[in-house]
Amino acid sequence: MTFKRSEKEGQRVRLTFEGEALEAVEGESLAAALLAAGVKTFRETPQKGEARGPYCMMGVCFECLLEVDSRENQQSCMIPVREGMRVRRQKGFRGLGK
Amino acid sequence: MSSSKSVAADVVVVGGGLVGSAIAYGLAKEGLATTLLDEGDDAFRASRGNFGLVWVQGKGSDLPDYALWTRSSADLWPKFTEVLLTETAVDVGYSKPGGLMFCMTEEELEERAVLLGRMRFNTTGGYDFKILDRQDVRQLVPGVGDAVAGASYCPHDGHVSPLLLLRALHRAILKKVDYQPGQEVTAIDWKNGAFHVRTRHDAYIAPRLVLAAGLGNAALAPLVGLSAPVRPVRGQILVTEKVEPFLDLPTLHVRQTEAGTVMMGDSHEDVGFDVSTTLSASRDIASRALVQFPLLADVQVIRTWGALRVMTPDGYPIYEQSQSHPGAFLVTCHSGVTLAAVHAMRLAPAIARGELPPELARFRSDRFEVER
Repeated sequence: MTFKRSEKEGQRVRLTFEGEALEAVEGESLAAALLAAGVKTFRETPQKGEARGPYCMMGVCFECLLEVDSRENQQSCMIPVREGMRVRRQKGFRGLGK
Repeated sequence: MSSSKSVAADVVVVGGGLVGSAIAYGLAKEGLATTLLDEGDDAFRASRGNFGLVWVQGKGSDLPDYALWTRSSADLWPKFTEVLLTETAVDVGYSKPGGLMFCMTEEELEERAVLLGRMRFNTTGGYDFKILDRQDVRQLVPGVGDAVAGASYCPHDGHVSPLLLLRALHRAILKKVDYQPGQEVTAIDWKNGAFHVRTRHDAYIAPRLVLAAGLGNAALAPLVGLSAPVRPVRGQILVTEKVEPFLDLPTLHVRQTEAGTVMMGDSHEDVGFDVSTTLSASRDIASRALVQFPLLADVQVIRTWGALRVMTPDGYPIYEQSQSHPGAFLVTCHSGVTLAAVHAMRLAPAIARGELPPELARFRSDRFEVER
């Protein structure tokens, strides 16, 4: 499935995903921005390493988890894009810094 | 509206939670034509709110028969899950690494040692435990907080996913038991040695009856000459996001599931039939978990829920066959997970023979009348 923005108006915001530069539109969620950029795999499951991406887009399913500015397990559908965000895939469990 | 029907069977089990499902599963294995009457998704279902411990240590501290019954279930659990896996392909996530109960002071640890020591003395057939000091606990669980003074360890303890257990049991009985959901029992008549169990539309007829309806047993038991003075005790549980494995074995208050989530619980509230959650209980549960495991400080809670334990006046189960209505059995307990194995593999075969296992003689409800 491919996603397109229905509205293209708005201030541009620059962020990086896995080190690559990416443009988003102010006011949209991080999950929406990545889907519009064609990202399919947001995270890899802890148990089997399977690929997962957004499902509910409303904060319930926890499938869209990403590492945002070094914080793990962030629900990207609930986070608005911000200038300079550094975003990576959530690979497996989040750590506990033990 | 479907027309009413009458269904005949060898045995009718009322209650499709973990207790009723385990018994129906065991009865069907004995070759009995079994009907299982369940309510709907809006039932007060303790099975769906359970913490998931298969727990032995400390249980039955003033009733050795209960300690033994619990222990015998823990002993059956490995075989029980193996059989369920073969029959249903559902892995219920059971493991038996032993369990911990933390003590926060030296005095508490000493009291715990005395209590478990007495239980070991009173329990024929052995009751194993170890008292772990500060260093021992840290060696076993590196993430434990400085405030933890020690712990009791019992090798018979384990944990399991209660949701997967219920699913496995329901799948196992799918083709063997006449499972009838949405059937609230409205009346039970006894005619010519057969129980006529009436629901809103239908009647189910069998010479044998097992009441395993949790809190619903209070109203049903008197219909067949039994007494089930059970009341709800609410427990609240918090579950966190998935985090890297840090806790291999279950503790009484905190356990990490196979999936990586952390469950925290063990609150007790007397609030009637109210399954809502409260900020104060959540805060107490989370604070205690943080004292025990400071490394969880920035971990997010993703869900909380409340559920109702099925509690008798002394906290112990009732197992009883009616004297006035022979063939009617009452089963009620608040440890539907821990006791699932012994319910399926030992209790059900006895009920199929028309009796209770002899080791359950002390669990009749007349013990409450004596106390009054």
